[in-house]
Amino acid sequence: MKKFNNLNLETRSMKGATKQAGFFHLPNDHIVKTIGVATLLCLVCSIIVSGAATLLKPTQVANALLDKKNNILAVSGISLEGKTVDQAFEQIDSLVIDIATGAVTDAVDATTFDQRKASKDAEYRVELSDDQDIAQIGGLSKYANVYLVKNQGAIDKIILPVKGYGLWGTMYGFIALEGDANTVSGITFYEHKETPGLGGEIENKKWQSSWVGKKVNDASGEPILQLIKGTVVAGTPQADYKIDGLAGATLTSNGVTNLVQFWLGENGFGPYLDKVRGQQNQASISMKTNVQERG
Amino acid sequence: MASEAKKALFEPLVSNNPIALQILGICSALAVTSQLSVALIMCLALTAVCAFSNLSISLIRNHVPSSIRIIVQMTIIASLVIVVDQVLKAYAFDVSKKLAVFVGLIITNCIVMGRAEAYAMKNGPWNSFLDGIGNGLGYSLILIIVATVRELFGSGTLLGYQILAPVSEGGWYTPNGLMLLAPSAFIIIGLTIWAIRAFDPKQVEKPDYEMQNAHNAPAHGASGGH
Repeated sequence: MKKFNNLNLETRSMKGATKQAGFFHLPNDHIVKTIGVATLLCLVCSIIVSGAATLLKPTQVANALLDKKNNILAVSGISLEGKTVDQAFEQIDSLVIDIATGAVTDAVDATTFDQRKASKDAEYRVELSDDQDIAQIGGLSKYANVYLVKNQGAIDKIILPVKGYGLWGTMYGFIALEGDANTVSGITFYEHKETPGLGGEIENKKWQSSWVGKKVNDASGEPILQLIKGTVVAGTPQADYKIDGLAGATLTSNGVTNLVQFWLGENGFGPYLDKVRGQQNQASISMKTNVQERG
Repeated sequence: MASEAKKALFEPLVSNNPIALQILGICSALAVTSQLSVALIMCLALTAVCAFSNLSISLIRNHVPSSIRIIVQMTIIASLVIVVDQVLKAYAFDVSKKLAVFVGLIITNCIVMGRAEAYAMKNGPWNSFLDGIGNGLGYSLILIIVATVRELFGSGTLLGYQILAPVSEGGWYTPNGLMLLAPSAFIIIGLTIWAIRAFDPKQVEKPDYEMQNAHNAPAHGASGGH
């Protein structure tokens, strides 16, 4: 403390005198000192900032990955009991598909490919025209992540990343379908900007559980699953294709409907889901023929 | 503890509260108080930034050229905020997602900058550090009050634990939606300021003007005219 004060007195008494002693004895408003202090400060600050960023980067990346795995596990219905997230995640197959054809591709590494990042990357981004873009996302990545839970070789659950515009911003989530690629087995949203208590209720576990068992496509293969105003009455026509709307959040509810219909439709995962259904039909036909042959 | 240090630490709590008396830092008090847990982390982050920015600015205060002093303060505060943000992302990932942009906005929080300019540039490092902590705690006090009221009446929970069972879960309490929106924080802060000033009338500001009594008004100019 004393040293600082002395220094201050000295600097004051030396006002006007230049370059007598070292840099720190220059008067504060001297041009050399001004630039010197600024440079020194920037140097120290940049070392601290970049040091913190570099040191903490591995933990942050691990956190983000863990969070994503957690979300996928939550919607898959796999129980976490007695297992770490990584152990539980071993039951899930990650793959990447070509969104236009629905074919599985190995052009990119499925474990590290991030569809969300890729959708902003000119190399992967595909723009959507206005009439295609019902979920108001502007464009999407030409490759997409798909996560499968398999049970003795057969697909048990298909988990698809979805996003779409709500009221205040883009909502990000996952939707899980049963192996028939038509029955919903779960939905979750992990990032959104909707109003807490109103649109923010898309996070509500109770509401999310009302999605389980709903059907996506009608007989013609169009996704018609939608949120309605009010509550769905069981037994009414097409109750299987309807979900309770969120009270007081019409625009968020519309956003969720658009998101589901886009991603499960022809411009989203439609082609892939068609392929899955086709394979299963074939499988069941071949099983039937097998049975007939045997019979 | 020296009396100056004591004053630096405790005065900002009630008698010179940065939010209630100086009306600084209102923006984040509205934005991050719909849940108590999020507000607590924000308080911790702001207190840390305010204390360490005061400390480092006070350490170099005799060598800061006055022409660039604001830039120097901003650089130090911005660096500290980035460090805090990185630490939160690494060790409190869930909360950092909820705080999102508001941690970054500590840089523009008037409390941090105000204390650096008004206190740390003129006082020693130890007192400045305490002043930073004191102001951080003063800010925290108001945020905790606001967040407690908002979370309790807006969602029926406190720190995520259910206190009032809401109707949607089969209970009796109808959550007050207004409490989850930013305007409710204004109302609660206003009521808090009222309570503090009723308790300590010294804080009441003098009115900017007084209504003039029309009958005793000087008559000049009245008969003048066009």
